[in-house]
Amino acid sequence: MDKTVNQKAWFLVLPVLVLVAFSAVIPLMTVVNYSFQDTFGNNVFFWAGFEWYEEVLASERIRDALGRQILFSAIILAIEVPLGILIALCMPRKGVWVSVCLVLMALPLLIPWNVVGTIWQVFARVDIGLLGRTLSELGIDYNYTQDALDAWITIIVMDVWHWTSLVALLAYAGLVSIPSAYYQAAKIDQASRWKVFRYIELPKMQGVLLIAILLRFMDSFMIYTEPFVLTGGGPGNATTFLSIDLVKTAIGQFDLGPAAAFSLIYFLVILLISWVFYTVMVNLEKKEGV
Amino acid sequence: MAQAALVQAQGATLARTKAAAGPRVKTSAVIMTLYLVFLLLPIYWLLNMSLKDNSEILSSFSLWPQDLTFDNYRTILTDASWYMGYVNSMIYVVLNTVISVSVALPAAYAFSRYRFLGDKHLFFWLLTNRMAPPAVFALPFFQLYSSVGLFDTHIAVALAHCLFNVPLAVWILEGFMRGVPKEIDETAYIDGYSFPRFFVRIFMPLIASGIGVAAFFCFMFSWVELLLSRTLTSVDAKPIAATMTRTVSASGLDWGVLAAAGILTIVPGALVIWFVRNYIAKGFALGRV
Repeated sequence: MDKTVNQKAWFLVLPVLVLVAFSAVIPLMTVVNYSFQDTFGNNVFFWAGFEWYEEVLASERIRDALGRQILFSAIILAIEVPLGILIALCMPRKGVWVSVCLVLMALPLLIPWNVVGTIWQVFARVDIGLLGRTLSELGIDYNYTQDALDAWITIIVMDVWHWTSLVALLAYAGLVSIPSAYYQAAKIDQASRWKVFRYIELPKMQGVLLIAILLRFMDSFMIYTEPFVLTGGGPGNATTFLSIDLVKTAIGQFDLGPAAAFSLIYFLVILLISWVFYTVMVNLEKKEGV
Repeated sequence: MAQAALVQAQGATLARTKAAAGPRVKTSAVIMTLYLVFLLLPIYWLLNMSLKDNSEILSSFSLWPQDLTFDNYRTILTDASWYMGYVNSMIYVVLNTVISVSVALPAAYAFSRYRFLGDKHLFFWLLTNRMAPPAVFALPFFQLYSSVGLFDTHIAVALAHCLFNVPLAVWILEGFMRGVPKEIDETAYIDGYSFPRFFVRIFMPLIASGIGVAAFFCFMFSWVELLLSRTLTSVDAKPIAATMTRTVSASGLDWGVLAAAGILTIVPGALVIWFVRNYIAKGFALGRV
């Protein structure tokens, strides 16, 4: 759509600006402040320069957490995106079952995140959980509180349970918007199922899939509550992701300087990757002429 | 003649594709069923737990409650320190939804209709707030709201959640508003409508489903968030999610009550989904299909 140039539109954006400035810019500036200063208590601060940044970048612990975080997000995207597309393709297109499927699928998305952790705790525990009990009855040595690999698998399955529906719902929205003429044309050409998917459905889903990947990447990179409730970052540090580590430093030890420097680096990493996704998405929308 | 042959050929093709489609439909139904079972099984297990008492949970293992009891729910619904958690959560979630949607509406209109200095940068900057990890903001928020005397109030949590909900609401509403042809605005101005009157009387009803979806998302993300709401409250505005974590550690893992509280947090979400079910798919695509 052609937009008119109108500088007065700024007035319409003003409320959002004021609100976001209050809830984002002021706190962010506090973080920036802390990241350059040192204190010995009594609210006396000294300029510390880039000391904290050097400390954070050199810290083995934080590097490990970053490594785990990237691995986690990569695994999550690799599982949830294809699975979500598969589910979307399997969804019924009309009838009563559509509503039933939609509602049931959206259900995990509206469960408070700590309850998600609790649900999986109750479900996977070896003594009282259905999953843990069944696995140990089958003779599989499974205990997510002791074994690092089991803990990882449990957290990944939990995240797949929690968020695959989001990808599936997005992909489904893309699928139902494809005009039936496309399918009829494919039928006349006797295109195989795979070709219909590859040349009609996938290109048409591109836009929504990018949104899905962007949202999933951002949220999996910030994951905190679910693993915190389920494993508390353990066993050892095996499932300590960036947010868990950050909260430990900032609120647990009250190390403001390093925590602030850590926060900013963390934020910048997310921002950089999201910016790439966003640019690709906007260019795609432009190309389609939406 | 040729036409009849063509129709016949088409009929044959249709029949063939139907036969081929037969087993495929079944596979998709099987996959869908398996997926739904996978989604519901953990929730069922929680429900199962919530209907047992603690000794039954710990001593025996059964797929359904042997000795059905509603005591866990009674504990929650009669104890103020429990049920006030739900009330607090609902208050700040509703406050946040109202604030987010009402400031996002004019902004989304500006982004969808006008070009102005710095509009693209502003839009991306708004989105960056959706990308900010709440863990980064937890401590500064605590200090900011303490210093202005808002700590442990509902409005503090509502404002803090605006951090990620306002950008999302702007994004969704902008997607829906784009779908409304601009001619409608122009016709209304010619008919002598002022901007506020046009916006409320004509434009908002047109994007009612978009507003519903945006409100749904604000509700959802505010309802599920724990880190910020826990950091910003202590007693008076303590959300249910935080009440749950505290009680777990204090009373030596009361699994039954914990499960019942968990089930009760799922109920509002399920109700809200039911109301917006017809718009869910489009809403999750942020109005962009």
